[in-house]
This record gives sequence, structure tokens and C-alpha cells, in this order.
Amino acid sequence: MPKDGSSPAIELVGIDKKFGAVHANKDIRLTVAAGSIHGIVGENGAGKSTLMSILYGFYRADAGEIFVDGERRNIQSPQDAIETGIGMVHQHFMLVDTFTVLENVMLGAESGPILKNGVSKAREELRRLEREYELDVDVDALVGDLPVGLQQRVEILKALYRGAEILILDEPTGVLTPQEADHLFRILQALREQGKTVILITHKLREIKAITDAVSVMRRGEMVAHRETAETSTEELAELMVGRKVLLRVEKGPAHPGRAVLEVDNLRADDSLGVPRVKGVSFQVRAGEIVGIAGVSGNGQSELLEAISGIIPTAGGSVLLNDAPILGGPPRGAADAREKGMAHVPEDRHRMGLVVPFAAWESSILGYQNDPTYNRGVIQDRSAIIADVAKKMEDFDIRPAAPELATGNFSGGNQQKIILAREIDRDPDILVVGQPTRGVDIGAIEFIHRRLIEMRDAGKAVLLVSVELDEIMSLSDRILVMFDGRIFGEVAPEDANERTLGLMMAGCDPNDQEARP
Amino acid sequence: MSPSVSNDGIPRWANVVALPLVNLVAAFLVSGLVVLIIGENPLEVVKLLIWGAFGFQEAIGYTLFYTTNFIFTGLAVAIAFHCMLFNIGGEGQAYIGGLGITLVGLNLGFLPPIVLVPLCIIGGGLFGAAWAFIPAYLQAKRGSHIVITTIMFNFIASSLMVYLLVNVFIQPGSMQPESRYFHEAAIPFFHEALGWFGIKFASSPWNLSFLWAILCAAFVWVFVWHTRWGFELRTVGTNPRAADYAGISSTRNIIITMCLSGALAGFLGLNEIMGYNHRLLLNFSGGYGFVGIAVALMGRSHPLGVCLAALLFGALYQGGAELSFEIPTITRELVIVIQGLVIIFAGALEFMFKPQVEAVFRWFAPRKSRAAVAE
Repeated sequence: MPKDGSSPAIELVGIDKKFGAVHANKDIRLTVAAGSIHGIVGENGAGKSTLMSILYGFYRADAGEIFVDGERRNIQSPQDAIETGIGMVHQHFMLVDTFTVLENVMLGAESGPILKNGVSKAREELRRLEREYELDVDVDALVGDLPVGLQQRVEILKALYRGAEILILDEPTGVLTPQEADHLFRILQALREQGKTVILITHKLREIKAITDAVSVMRRGEMVAHRETAETSTEELAELMVGRKVLLRVEKGPAHPGRAVLEVDNLRADDSLGVPRVKGVSFQVRAGEIVGIAGVSGNGQSELLEAISGIIPTAGGSVLLNDAPILGGPPRGAADAREKGMAHVPEDRHRMGLVVPFAAWESSILGYQNDPTYNRGVIQDRSAIIADVAKKMEDFDIRPAAPELATGNFSGGNQQKIILAREIDRDPDILVVGQPTRGVDIGAIEFIHRRLIEMRDAGKAVLLVSVELDEIMSLSDRILVMFDGRIFGEVAPEDANERTLGLMMAGCDPNDQEARP
Repeated sequence: MSPSVSNDGIPRWANVVALPLVNLVAAFLVSGLVVLIIGENPLEVVKLLIWGAFGFQEAIGYTLFYTTNFIFTGLAVAIAFHCMLFNIGGEGQAYIGGLGITLVGLNLGFLPPIVLVPLCIIGGGLFGAAWAFIPAYLQAKRGSHIVITTIMFNFIASSLMVYLLVNVFIQPGSMQPESRYFHEAAIPFFHEALGWFGIKFASSPWNLSFLWAILCAAFVWVFVWHTRWGFELRTVGTNPRAADYAGISSTRNIIITMCLSGALAGFLGLNEIMGYNHRLLLNFSGGYGFVGIAVALMGRSHPLGVCLAALLFGALYQGGAELSFEIPTITRELVIVIQGLVIIFAGALEFMFKPQVEAVFRWFAPRKSRAAVAE
């Protein structure tokens, strides 16, 4: 509906989408002004991703209309979306690691069967884009060799190269350091200045405040509010998202650390290709404290977690749990760690913590399938398992409370709660947690944080690895910063702020002014 | 909410029941075309095929005899699928399983049948399992791809058996590469068994190993979905990283699954050797191990589906044989063409019609939900 001559870049009218019994989008109306940065916030499972998938042509809406620049469009596939001038940067990058940046950008837009002409054209076009938007990347570098922040730039370049006027970014800062995120925001601002429209999906309200012009809030498949960013507050947005007041800061008393439960000494570990990732790490976690490990993802935290919890073999050093060494590596390692009193919430729930096609009750016994209470002789005691899972679902407020539903049909936050329920319910001596709130909505974050503090207050040891600095700073009793496979330094939470941690995560000493250009 | 999870309100049975049926119809339509081209009436052919498979007692007996073979080999492929292992080696495992049966049958023939028959069954299972164990071990410990190794083991089994039959088992003075008869280890025919209860049934090769096949199907169902071992096996097959996380040994599960798979394939000899031929023959496994792959695909790796798919293939074998007998222009080879078309549509092109079938369901689905909203 054009007002005063200019039509909005995107207008969605009455978008409706159902997946079986799940009503993912209910009569959604959304207007995005041309040349603006528009934020969309909402809990996981609120329907943001579905809505954007409809706009980008992954799904077709059951009802509703899409207008782009005032014209009605029938977008049936990502191809249609690209032709309409819509580009998308996915949460998980869609890049070929073994191709160069240039090849990745050209992929699917080679302009003709002979590559040579396309290559020089693409090179020139990329150079222009880089100049205009501060998107500097070495076009001949292999994408696999680039850090995540740069890979994301390649994704943005890809979209722009295809002539995107409207750019959708799905949770773009999840994998970035604060400094990288700032750079991304500068890029987005440059895009806006050039008249492009940006839609930013995120659950970080701080980012919404920092960069967007307008924000729309979704809750349970409905669009509940539209606000001008300048006229709203983080608290109001949080309340709109969850539908009730939320505590953004975690309240916790002082820690009362006891004996050392986990002792890691000069630990070394390699990744699956044999590349050293953990290069001599030593620390302790005592009963009744939360030790946080901050770091940009890819600096060895994943391998550290897996080595400690016995999933991969160690390449040197030792891990003592309750003064006893843990076997490393498959097949026995992880089971051994569990028997000695460790519970582990893995970083990547889809790849490790759950079996997505399994029923929720099956994912709920993963790792504990040999527990005698779950078995009657050789046959699994299904009624006992389901009763147990139903109780956990109630305790952890897992919705829907349907043990028979496939794990993949739960929202991200509820999947995470399935894992937490499974691990915490075992009453472990130490809980090792990786990225507990990645891709989890605000309501569930509050819940998960509270459970972690409760664990600590009950005298358990907690080791927390997270790339979310807010999370590390508000939960930890001690903060370790990991960089390039080593512990770069330790900071007390009182002394920590985003700048110091960010610099340490980038391998710079915050007290040394020379180190930072 | 990732785009890969798309269940769009399409019921489960659309994929489990409707899709295989559509594939089957497509296979028959193309077969009909072939029949038309050689100048026969397709309807007549279908009628004869069905009559040949189910029209009279003897036909039913033969159909179920073939079905038994397909249940064993289909289950073998299906159980391996659940651990994400593509066991192409059912043929070789069945062949070597037959060797195990024969060794027990020939050497322990002095034992009473009540002892000998179970020993033969164990022998068949063990030899089949042992033949699967080597590729499984290589896959689990060395990462040698199971598809490649099991294919090669089919050739090794085939050559080994030719050697053994020609040089070891052959009867002095005979030109036939086959062992001597060991009727002592015979599994009774169904027409005999029914006779014990005074029920008359036409004589056919259909024998009691059919019941063992059904038991095996039930065993696979219980094992895969109702035991912690099945849980571990499926975890390794669906998400090996989650298996490492849960302390489940992929190595152990790959080996156990392949041994079970090999044992199931090895049971083929129960039907072919103990039930019917009563001696070891050259190539007695007759390609059943390979068709088992199509049976497992068509049966969606579920024991019930495997049994139904096995019945279909059994009917095609028997009906096809009858057909080439009744209509001389439809030769044995043409019947194999028809079977091949079913295998192609049900196996290789399994998901070809998936979008169309889903579109049909989607077309009907919104009306229902609209009606539900109106209430």
C-alpha cells in the first residue's frame, strides 16, 4: 500500500502457515520500509525463521500475499526470491570450504558455460562491493581457511553479487566476537546508506537497540508488536517477546567453593584431522562454583569439552574427576566420565546431544540407556522410561509435554531443556555445559541460567563454555579466556567487561595499548 | 524450524504405504507397455500373473517358498540399514551360510533330527555371520567402505564355493557340482506338516522354514525397537557423533549389526537346502541376496514391510514362471524384465514420485484444516 509515493521494500499481508498441528505463522502482517534496518525478534519457535523462509521461498505460505516494492510477488523458490532482489545470509553458512571466495561467490551465477569471462567480471564486481561496503576479503583465499567472521562476509558478498536489494540475516552474530559484530554492524550501516534494506533476525535485544530503525516482535506464531527502535526499551521488547516480565540479569549470591572436583593438567587434544587444538590447558573446577570459559568459537573450546568428557582421546596431560583419571576417547571414554559423576550438555545439540529423528523419550535416555530402571531384562521398559520422561518434562517445563513426539519437532529451547533435564536429573558432581543458550529464546535462557545457579548452590561444580559474553559474565564465579588452544588469562567477573574480554579473546593483552592497532 | 524439517501435515502412511503403491503401479504400467510392444494383451498378462501366483494351492505354496527366501535376505539388508550400513553382501553371506549348513548336515548326520536341525540352523547363521564379520571389522576398525568390501566378498564367496563344490563336495564319478544328499537334516514341507493335522494341501517346496522367517522378522522388530542394543544400533546409524557422546561404541555396533545381518542372510539355506534341495548346489543362492536389497527398500526396512515386499516378489517369481509357461512369447527373460522394472521403481527410483504424492496430500490437507478451524 504505497503511502506518500514510496512503497515499502517488503510488505507481508495475512501470511499463514501450518506444519501439521503446529500453527507456525498466524495471519502475519509486516511492513519493512525501504532503506532501513528492520529487526525481527522473538523466542525460538515464535515463527521468525518460518516467516523468513516463506519470504525466501523455502516454504510456501498456506495463505497470504507478499509485496516487494509495492508489487505483488509469487515467490515459490529461493531462485524466485533472488530474482526479486532478496538475499539471505543463513545462520549456518552455505559455502563450499574447498572453493575460493571468488568461486563461492560465483557459484550458481557463473554467467555462461565458459568460466573465464565470468571470473574477470566477478572479480571486478567484488572489488567494487568491497570498496563500497567495507567488505574486505581476500578473494583468492580458500573459504575453509577463513575465520567465521570473514566467511559471513563472503555470504553477504554472495547475496550482493546476485543483486540483492533486500538482505535477510538470520542470527548473524552468534559466531562473532564483539569486535567482529561491530564490524558487521558497520557493514550493515553502509548497506543502509546505499539504500539497501536489511532484515535482521536475532534474539539479542542489545543488537536491536544498537543497529535497527524499527523492530517487530513475534510470539507463538503471531506478530505482537511493531515499534520504532528509538521509542522502545530492551525491557519492553523482552516483555513483548515472552509475554511476561523477564529478569535480564541473573541474581545469584556469593559462591562457596569447596574441594576440587575436576582437575585438568596440561591437557592436549587434536581435532579429527590431527591438528592440535588444545595446547596445554590447566585449570580446576571446585565444588560450588561456576567456572566460565570465554573465547571465540574455534579456539579449542570444543575439543577441550570433548576431551574432558571423554569423547575424544587426549594427546597429553591428564583429566582427574574426583581424583580418578577418566579414560579418553571412544568407545569407553564418555561412558566412563558419566559413571564417575560427570554430566555433559554438549555444544551442538543437533550433532551430539540428541538424535533428531528419535522420539523425545529416546533422546531423553541417550547415554543412560543401560540404566537398570529403563530396562526389564533385555527389553526396554517403555512405560518406566515414558513415566520418567513425562516427569522431567513437567519439572523442566518442556513444551509440548509429549514424550512420543520426534525430538526434531521441539523448538530449540525445548530441545535444550530435554538435554538439561536428562543431564541435571542425574545429580552429577560436575556439570560440563557448552553453549547452553545458543539459539535458545529469552524465557528459556532465564530458566536455564537459574538451573545452573541452583546446581552451583547445591554444591555442584559447573564448567561453562560459552561465546556469549553476557552469559559468561553474569554466571561465572571465575572467568578463563581461551585463545588459540591455551588459557590466555583469568579474570574475576567483577573486573570483566566486554572490551577486556573481547581483546583477550582476540589474543591481545587489554593492559597493553601497543598490542591493538 | 529449519527448512529440512518439512512435515507439512502429510501423514506418515503417505510415505510408507502410498508411495510404494504408486511405484508399483508405475512399474506395472511400464511393464504393460513392454507387453503391448511384443503384441500381447497386458490385462491378460496381469490376470495370468495373479492366477499363477495365487490361483491354486500349488501356486500359493511356490509363492510362499520364494517369499521365505526374500524375507531372510530382505531382513538382512533392513537390519543393516538401521545402523546405516549398506550390506550388499547378502548374496555371499547366504552362499557361505549354505556351506555351514552343509558341513553340519554332512558330518553330523548320525544325530537325531531334533538335534541335527537346530545345529544346522546354527551352522548356517554362524557361517553367514562370519562372512559378514570380516567386512564389518574392516569398516569399523579400518574405515574400508562396507559397500566395496561386501561386493568383493560376494565374488570371493562365489569362487570359493565353486572350488569347494568341484573339488571337495562333488560325488566321485558325478559331473554335477553338488554335494551328496543329507535328508537327515530336512525341514518338513508344509504339505507334510499340514497332513499331520489331517489338512490336505497340494505338494510344493513350501516348508516350515517359512515359520522361522516370520520368527526372524518378529525378532528384528523386537531387537531394533525394543532393546537397548537396538537403541544403540539406531543411535550409531542415525547420529554417530551422538553415539560417541553417549559412550556407545560404533565399532561394536557395526560388527554386531553386520553379524546379525549375515546370520539372517545365512538362513537362506534353511529354505533352499534344508527345506527343498537337501544338498548343496552350485549357485543355490540364485540372486536372492541382491533382490533382498529391493525388498528392504520397498519394505522401508521395517520387518512387516519386508514381509509384504517379500510376498510381492515371491508372487512375481512364481506368477512370472507360470506366465512364461502359459504365454510362450513372454519368455523367462521378459519376466525378468518385469521383475527388474519393479526393482527399479521400488528401489533405485524409490523417491521419484515423492513430490507428486506429497502434492496430492497437500492439496487435500488444507480443506480438512479449514474445516477444523470452522468448528
